Amino acid sequence: MKLLTHNMLTSKCMKAVVTGYPLTIQARDVKVSEVEFNQDFIARIIPKIDWECLCRAAEQLGHLEDLPKATPDNYETDTDFLKKAHHALLEIEIINGDLVCPETSRKFPVTDGIPNMLLNEDEI
Amino acid sequence: MARMKLKELESHLQEVEEFENPKILLEQYPTRPHIAACMLHTMSATFDDIENKTIADLGCGCGVLSLGSVMLGAGFVTGFDVDSDALDLFAENIADFEMDNLDLINIDVKNIGEGWENKFDTVIMNPPFGTKHNKGLDMLFLRTGILLASKAVYSLHKTSTRDHVLKKAKEWGVIPQVLAELRYDLPNTYKHHKKTSVDIQVDFIRFSVNKK
Repeated sequence: MKLLTHNMLTSKCMKAVVTGYPLTIQARDVKVSEVEFNQDFIARIIPKIDWECLCRAAEQLGHLEDLPKATPDNYETDTDFLKKAHHALLEIEIINGDLVCPETSRKFPVTDGIPNMLLNEDEI
Repeated sequence: MARMKLKELESHLQEVEEFENPKILLEQYPTRPHIAACMLHTMSATFDDIENKTIADLGCGCGVLSLGSVMLGAGFVTGFDVDSDALDLFAENIADFEMDNLDLINIDVKNIGEGWENKFDTVIMNPPFGTKHNKGLDMLFLRTGILLASKAVYSLHKTSTRDHVLKKAKEWGVIPQVLAELRYDLPNTYKHHKKTSVDIQVDFIRFSVNKK
């Protein structure tokens, strides 16, 4: 699971959870691989990204590196920034570990890169 | 890759591994390569809803629609399915095709709601038809798709339910367009089917969301 996907995940559908976001990452295996850079695509998705959540996630995985704290104003044309965003969003992957609900501490396991967000009847 | 021809797409999709033992309770009918290729080609060539887009595939199963989207130049595809066995097979397909811009989430589509609004440009799905044990599930998938998409939702629905689907779409503030009527060949994968295969009429519908 890439950090782009983590950026969307929430435990809000659990009963009594108010926001359930962002999920804390406790990773056991992290993989960093090379993914082809598509500048137009990255520029298009930046507005959909919760940047603070992305920074925190990268930090939890020990891969914050030189990711800027905020998106620059002219990000569409800032290739250097978009490459860093690309790396954080698409090249860092959680292979095994847990995602933890910030309110209930309920753990959602990630196995072979697939997060298990299934809930029991009594949790909904 | 974005200019891939329909025939070529279809032949690639024939390489996708499908369910060995489809689960009746989940209505796991595979999307045939021919139908999947026609759907994806229309989304791409007529509406430009694939190339460089973020795409969600609800009830993705083994991933034929997701994999086809990547072949047509999707920016990133996220597959959602309740069945971890289907996702394991999907993950094998991703590895076989050596693709690196898809992620899978094991989740019940019923539990996707608030917090997920407009996360994707395009939502594609071949939902359970909502028959048998799953009454209303097709409409639940559609409603979730409309929540997730900022531009368009593509779905398959039984032609016999068209009036209902179109009425609901209008209630939900989206503009439906029936793109094709397909003869959907359901092979005799299940014991309750007495014939070797049954054809059912299915509508391929685009729902224009345009929330921005």
